[in-house]
Parts: sequence; structure tokens; C-alpha cells
Amino acid sequence: MIWTSLDSWIVIAAALAGASAALVGAFLVLEKMSMMGDAISHAVLPGIAIAFILTGSRVGGPVLVGAAGFGVLASMLVHVVRRSGRLDDGAAMGVVFTVLFAVGLILIEQAARHVDIHPDHVLFGSVELVPLTVVEIGSMVIPRGVAVLAVVLFVDLVVVILFFKELRLVTFDPALATTLGFNATWLHYLLMTLVALTTVAAFEVVGSILVIAMLVVPGAIAHLLTRRLAPFLLVSVASAVLAAAIGHVAAITVPLRFGFEDTNTAGAMATVLGLLFFTALLVAPERGLLTRAWTMLARRMIVRTQDVLGLLARASERSDGDGLSVNEFRTVHRSPFAARATGLRVGLMLSRIRGFVRREHGRYRLTERGRAAARRVLRVHRLWERFFHDVGKVGLIDLHPAADYLEHYTDAELRDELEKEFAGTDTDPRGNPLP
Amino acid sequence: MMMDRFMRVLMLADYNTRIVMFGTVLLGIAGGVVGTFLLLRRRALLADAVSHAALPGVVGAFLLAVAVGTGGRSLPVLLAGALVSGLLGMGCVMLITRFTRLSQDAALGIVLSVFFGFGAALLGIVQKMRGAQAAGLNSFIYGSAASMIRTDALLIGLAAAVVVVLAALLFKEFRLLTFDPAFAAGDGWPVGRLDLLLMSLVVAITVLGLQAVGIVLVIAILIVPAASARFWTESLLVMVLVAALIGAVGSYLGTAISALAPRLPAGAVIVAALGALFLVSFLFGGSRGVVRAMITRSRVIRRTVRQNLLRVLYECEESGLDHDADEQMRYLSASRRWTPRTLRRMLRRLEREQLVYRVPGEQRQLTRTGRYEAMRITRNHRLWEVYLLEHADTAAAHVDHGADSIEHVLGDALVAELEEAVPRFGKTLPQSPHALVQEEQGGGS
Amino acid sequence: MQHDAPALHIRDLTVAYHRKPVLWDVDLDVPPSVVAGIVGPNGAGKSTLIKAVLDLVPRTSGVVEVFGRPYRRQRRLVGYVPQRETVDWDYPINALELVAMGLYRIIGWCRPVTAAYRTRALEALEEVGMAEFAHRQISRLSGGQQQRIFLARALVQDADVYFMDEPFAGVDAGTEKAIIAILQRLRERGKTVFVVHHDLETVREYFDYLVMLNMRVVAAGPARDVFTSENLKRTYGGRLTLLDRAVDAIGGSSS
Repeated sequence: MIWTSLDSWIVIAAALAGASAALVGAFLVLEKMSMMGDAISHAVLPGIAIAFILTGSRVGGPVLVGAAGFGVLASMLVHVVRRSGRLDDGAAMGVVFTVLFAVGLILIEQAARHVDIHPDHVLFGSVELVPLTVVEIGSMVIPRGVAVLAVVLFVDLVVVILFFKELRLVTFDPALATTLGFNATWLHYLLMTLVALTTVAAFEVVGSILVIAMLVVPGAIAHLLTRRLAPFLLVSVASAVLAAAIGHVAAITVPLRFGFEDTNTAGAMATVLGLLFFTALLVAPERGLLTRAWTMLARRMIVRTQDVLGLLARASERSDGDGLSVNEFRTVHRSPFAARATGLRVGLMLSRIRGFVRREHGRYRLTERGRAAARRVLRVHRLWERFFHDVGKVGLIDLHPAADYLEHYTDAELRDELEKEFAGTDTDPRGNPLP
Repeated sequence: MMMDRFMRVLMLADYNTRIVMFGTVLLGIAGGVVGTFLLLRRRALLADAVSHAALPGVVGAFLLAVAVGTGGRSLPVLLAGALVSGLLGMGCVMLITRFTRLSQDAALGIVLSVFFGFGAALLGIVQKMRGAQAAGLNSFIYGSAASMIRTDALLIGLAAAVVVVLAALLFKEFRLLTFDPAFAAGDGWPVGRLDLLLMSLVVAITVLGLQAVGIVLVIAILIVPAASARFWTESLLVMVLVAALIGAVGSYLGTAISALAPRLPAGAVIVAALGALFLVSFLFGGSRGVVRAMITRSRVIRRTVRQNLLRVLYECEESGLDHDADEQMRYLSASRRWTPRTLRRMLRRLEREQLVYRVPGEQRQLTRTGRYEAMRITRNHRLWEVYLLEHADTAAAHVDHGADSIEHVLGDALVAELEEAVPRFGKTLPQSPHALVQEEQGGGS
Repeated sequence: MQHDAPALHIRDLTVAYHRKPVLWDVDLDVPPSVVAGIVGPNGAGKSTLIKAVLDLVPRTSGVVEVFGRPYRRQRRLVGYVPQRETVDWDYPINALELVAMGLYRIIGWCRPVTAAYRTRALEALEEVGMAEFAHRQISRLSGGQQQRIFLARALVQDADVYFMDEPFAGVDAGTEKAIIAILQRLRERGKTVFVVHHDLETVREYFDYLVMLNMRVVAAGPARDVFTSENLKRTYGGRLTLLDRAVDAIGGSSS
């Protein structure tokens, strides 16, 4: 791999495009309007094409204005079509953006006779060409695309910082916003303008479809990781920048390993974003799929252990300290292990590892530590039975299953409340003592 | 000469054009039919995600075919690739909505852009491969209806015909699914499998349309005809037929134009043609079209104003109010919050109809015909008021307003029914159940 | 009818959304030929009970039997009237076509709706007093009229047990009376009707059987026996806060 200053500029351009798209896109995700980003990024095409034809240039002010104009126009058209046709959002968007995009493609084909432009630039972007057109700012020579993107990112940042409170209100607490009489319409159109502007600026780098990846995926990643706005925006922007860097490196290295030449950076960036999203989907704290699977497994392990302790505690009430054999564990009255041989093995193993239970001559007995823990389990169980009986008016026969379920989900706080509720009681509804 | 070529294409003079037309028009019909159900199921954009997700499948199938050594550009192979990755994309959308709290449209955006991005990366590789005909893949992105080869067009047309037949057979079941899935499930229909079937037809149309319309715009053949048809009818059967017709005409026009101007991206031309048909439907559609709605509304407004004005004039006469010309104008305009301009225009119209006449300087008076017409209107109004009072527990204070809004759409049949429901008045004019003149609040201030 | 089994038999029914229990250990036996009201506060699981019986939401546990056999095998004996807001009233369909949907099961896969079936649908529309609106698009009907055609659709199903989810929500007084008349006619024909209901004032008048629900069945039986202030207090008076907390703990620890 040979890294040149061209590569650096490509990464910088991609990172700037990604950061600004991720910043405004985060709000699209929060407002559940991700596909509006899709619609706008398609619908700006006629504006760009008209600006091409009129000015003969592929970048610059007129293109931005034309695109932003069509972006806002598209969001209004969606509104009109939805209202008068009583269509749902998706259908209205689908109609508006496909037709506008088609018109844009045809116009571009016309423009291509005069300007160096190909529909491929529109769809996939041409970040590789960014470093080739430069401007001088003071003594610095920087690619024009980078300059434009820097300005757009700056504008996005300023708007987001200025209206941070309002944006938080509208995206996180629309109900409160309504009761405060806060009018979200202007904010909505401001956001749409920003999306259009950012889309166009990022267009050159990533193209009209991959810009959706920049708008939506970073926000979605943040959605998996956090619930507060400031970290949300930070995660969103960071993942876009990260994807830009990894994406470019991947684009110029990975295909070589398989005996091909390099590929385009924008596609690789979107792919990397997808992988980042997938990773977050698996391991996000609290909501990741693997995280949740692990939590459930841990919960199940606790349940099995508590079940073992509970059975031993009841057994020791009946016959002092004799413990239970594996067989007895499964055959005692109402054993949760009746149909769960593996569950029992796991429960016994865990109990032994934690030093609650020891094994002697094929029988399992509670240790000193285990006795205390087992008492707690049994006590909570009987307190719940008490509760259902006294407060819930549940018949004696039905008591056990509900309590059996709840005893595993009772944390310290809930237990304190139970204790408080039944402070004077020392038996369960059947008259068994509360240990 | 241009004209000559144009006619040749439109008249399907070439055998080749005829076959291509057969394929795209059938595709358009199938898109309209399936799209109608897709639209009513409110899943329009799911098709967008599916079509974009097809790109890596197409390119991947191409790479695989090249690697195996079969040259790559065989339509069935590429479509099979598209089908696999399109379905994979759809699966991912469902997975994301099922296991995260992200909304469905975020899931669509993610799948659409990430799959397409991966496809673009693969495409970048293919384009730099020596000896591979990557150009053929471009037709999958932008569509190339006119340059389709004969067997491809036949394949697409026949497959689309099968889709249409399936949708026709399951018309009743799809109606049930798209209207009321909860009832359908309660009634014992396998809603999940029906839904899957409908979505499979959607995927089928999407994949079949890739060649002619291209990945980016293929959803238009599903959404635009159906959305256009929505403006023409309130019957599902008619909507399906109209959507099929619009899809067919759009594909026909688009294919013809792109045959004449091969430089233009065919998909874009077809969609632009469909867009034009949508615009026509949006404006002039017989059921929800904007123009018709506007005409109906202005007609209702005009009739309402006319009837209200006549009634106010009659009630003035009835309660013997005596105004001079200016006082009358002020009273009238305040009685219904009409602007002086509307009022004057309305009065002039009544004068032209010879329902009202004026002697300069005095207040306007009803003519004989005018009085008769005003009495008829007032009678209907009061019958309706009494009916509302006696039969719908409506408080008297609200009666005037309710009667105002409904009497203007009363037909003769309904008036007869009212007379029957409130028979004690016979054919006479009942007294107004509430005070008539609002204590000069209109006249003075 | 040869049935001597209860029209509806529920044992140990538990339903959880995201592992958070909505219905706990519901047991219920309802005899045939009654109009049964299901009442309870918001969030008590009234609609969920109906949906769980009809297999529209997954059950965590429990058995549901209709006339002594599992629900899945008795589907054709059951009719359903969903809540009115659950469908798109802008859908391109007229009243007659909507009512004919109740016949689709009888008509069978892929067969068209023939004139004979349309006549049956029209008869049902007549029964609910809506015949003259047969060809009107459904969005141009009032709320009460919409509810009536929903009822007509259930009538053509010709079921023995009906489940109706809030049929009185947002309808005018006239429609409410008409619906009640239809329910009583259904009972006279030996049908059993379950109605999710909100208005406690009309309970005694409308129903001869009552299920009082608040996550569990608080009371069930002939309306005159169970509609007592004691039961009302237990159904509506303050939720069991500790239980709520426990439910939250279960929901929070796993989703």
C-alpha cells in the first residue's frame, strides 16, 4: 500500500462529508424520518442538473442553492401528495423522489454534453477526483471539495449548537414540546434545508445513494448505544469519521488480497458503516443481541442456583441437614427441575463453585454460606405468597407458581418493601415459618 | 425521418421492438397490480430497500460467473443473484425492526444504503477487471429497456404474466390481508404466509424490473401506477385495473422513447413517463384529483352562501326588520361573517336570477320567486333543526350550526324523509326553534 | 345444539409483551347463550384477552377451548369484530364488499365472490339497517355506521361465539341501541357474545354475564351476581403497587 497526500485528502474529504451527514442525519433517525433523507438525497438531482446546465460547473454556489431548493420542494411535495391522495408517507415519498430523480437523470444526460459529468458520479460519487480541483485560501492550497465540505460542516455545527435545546425538545420529548406550545414546523423545515445542503455537499464525495448511509447508519449506531442527545451526536459523528478512514484503507487494500485492483472508497465506507452497525447491534450495552443473550443466560444461571438453594432450604426444614440426592432434587414436590436435568446440573455446579453447597456421599448439603443465602430465597418466596394471598386474594393452590416466578426477580429494594409490608408476620399463608 | 422512426417504434414495426414491448408492458401491468396491494399494505418503501439490496447480488453473481468461467452476463444468473441478496436485505430489515428500537424507516435506510454501498464496492472491482464486460452491469443500475435481447424480454414478460395471474387468483385474499389483517387472522387465514406471498411477488417484480428500469428507479413501477390509480377510484378492482393500465402505458411510452434516444437512461425515461401520468391523475383524477376536489368545494361553498343569504333575507322579512340600504348591508355581512365583497357578488347573482330586486336607496327585497325559494330553503333548515332536536339529543344552542352544515347537501329524498320523521308540520313552515335575530349585534357594531 | 361444554374455557392463560406480563393465570368458564361483558380499567388486558383467545398475540402459557375442543380446531365457530380504529377507513372498498369479507372463509381460497354471496352480505347489511349504504365507500360513513357494517361482517360469518372489541366506542346513541338489539337477537339464537366494554353504567342493562378483569380475572359470573361494589373496588380500585413493581422488574431485567 502506498499512501500519498491524495489519500490523505480523500480521507479528509470523506470524513468531513461523513461528519456533517451524521450530524444532521442523527436528527432524522431520532424523528423517525430516515427515509426522508433518502427522498431528499434523490430529489435534489434536478436542482443540481439545472445548475450544471446553467453554469457549466459541477460545484459551487448555484449547485448548492439549486439542490437545497429542490430538497425543500421535495419535502413540500411529499406533504401535498400525502394529503390530497390520502397516501401514507412511504408511498408519497416513493412517488416524489423517484420521479424527481428520473427527471434529474435525464437532465444530467443532457448536461453531460456540455459538462464533464456522468450519472455514475451522481450515484457513487467520485471522491477520488476531489483532490484534483484545488483552491487557494491564503497561502494554503486545498481541494475545493474539502473547502466546501468544511464550510457545510461548520454551518451544520453552528445551527445544531444554536438550536440544541429546541432540537432536544422536539426529538426527545415531542409531547412536552406540544404542551409548551412549541411550534416544530419551522425547525422541521430548517432541518430539511440542512439535510439538502449537506446531501449536496456530500454528493460529490459519496454519491446520492451512499449519502443515505452517511445520514442514517451513524445515527442508527448511536441509537443502539445511547439515549442522551449530546453523546448521541458524538457517537454518530465519530462512527462516520471512523468509517471514512477505515473505508478508504479497505478500498485500496482489501481487493488486492483477492487479486483484484482497488475499488471505490464510498462503497467501502458504506460497507464499513454497515459492519460497525452490525457490531453495535451485537454488543451494545443493554440492548445488544449478544449482551441480551448473555444477560438472559446469567439470569437463568441465577434462577437455577436459587432453585437449588430453595429446594435445599425446604428439605432442611423437613429433615434436618440431610441434604438431597440428584434424584431427590428432581422428584420432590413441585421441583422446578422435574423436567430439567441439565438445569439441575448447571444449578448444582454453580452452587458448588460459589461455595453454597458441598457434596458428600452423593448427597448435596448446604454450607454455612449457603444456608444464609437459601434462607433469603425461601423467605422472599414465602413473602410473595403472603402478598398474593393477603392482597391479591389468590387461592392457596395458585400461590406457589407466581411466587416461584417472582422470587427470582426480587432485588434488594423490592425485598425491603416486601419486608416492610409484612413486618409483623412470621408465617406464610399455609402456616410455614418465614425463615 | 425522425417522425418516420417514431411511428415505426410506436407501431411496433420491428419484431425486436415488439418483443421488448411485450416484456416491459407486461412488467408495467404486473407492477401496477402488485404495487396496488403493496401501497395499501403501507410498505411502499420496503421495495426500495429490496431493489437496492439487489446490487451486491447482481455484481456478486457476475463475479462468480466470471470466476467459474461462463462469461458473466447471463440474465437468469444475475437475476438469481439479485433475488438472493434482495431477500437477504428484506430479512435484515425485519431483523433490525424486530431486535432494536429503531423505526422501520431507519431499518430501510440502513439496509438500502449499506447493501448498495457494498455492491458499489464490488462494482468498483469489476470495473477495473481486465476482459470482463462490466458494461453489461450498468444496464442493471440505469435500466436499458430498448437494448434488451429477445430471450431476456420474453423471460421477463412471461414471469410478469405469472405474477399477474397469481395476484388475480389471490385478489380476495390480498384484499383481506391489506384491509384488515387482524380480522383475517381471527378468521383463520394464515396471515403471515399471505404477507410473505405478497412480499415475494413484490420482490419478483423488483428483480424482474432491474434489467428494464434499473435498481435505482425500479420501485417506481410498483408505487407510481398504484398511487396514480388512487386518484381515480374508490373501488379496489378498478384501482388494480387503472394501475395496470397506467403501468402499461408508462412502460410503453418509456420504452418507445428510449428506443428512439438510446443515450437517455431507459429507467429514468419510463419513470418520467409514469410521473407524467401521475401528475395527470393527481390533477384530474375523478375521485381524489385536486382540480375536481377544488371545483366541488367551490361549488358547495357557493351553494352554501347562496342558501344562507336567501334564508337570512327571508328571516329578516319574517321578523319585520326594516333597514335602509347601508344598514342592511352591514347586517347581512355581520350575520354570517361575509366580507362585503363576497356579499355584493352574491347579491348581484341573486339579482341576476331575479330572486332579489332593489329600489335605489332602499333595502333589497325578495321577489315572488325569490321568496318562494327562500321559504323552501328555510323550511328544510327548520325541519332539520327540529329533527336534530328531537331525535339526536342535540342541545338547542348547537342546532343552527349543525343544520347549516348539513342542509346544503340534503337531497329531495332526504327532505321527504325528514318530513316523515317530523310529520306534525305537514307541508307548512315550522317556527324557528331558537331566537331569530341576534339582538342587532350584527347591525350596530 | 349438542354442546354441553362451556362456550369458552380458559385455563392458566398468561400473556406477556416483551416478557412483561399483561394477563396472569386467567381462568374462565363461560356458558353458551350469553352476552358477556368484559370490563376493567385501562391496561387491564381486556383486548389482550380477546386477542390471546383468538391466537392474535402469542400466549406464554395456557389452554383455550371453545365448546370443549381446542380453539385451533374450532376456528370456524368463532367470529371477531376488531376495534374500529385498527383499519384504514380510506381503503378503496364499499360497505357491501367489506361485509362480504366475512364470507371469504366459506367461499375458500382463490374463488371469486359470486352473486349468491353478495346477496347474503346484503341481507346482513339489512339486518343492521345499512342496506341503503351498501355501495357507499366506507370513509363516507359515520362512526356508528362503520361499526354497524363491522357487525354485519361478523354476522355473515355465522359463528357460534363472537368476540367484539369495543363495539360501542365512538358510536351514537341510536347505533348503540341497534347493536344491543342485535346482540340480544344473537343470544336468542343460542350464540355467545363477548363484548369489551367501557361504560359501567350500562353494564347491568346490556349484559347477562360479566367478566371483571384487571390482569387477573377478579370476578366472573352472571352480571347480577358479580356486579357488586366490592368487586368493582377490587377491579378498579388502585392497582397492586408491589405487583406492578415486580412486573416492571421482570420487564426491565430482560428487554
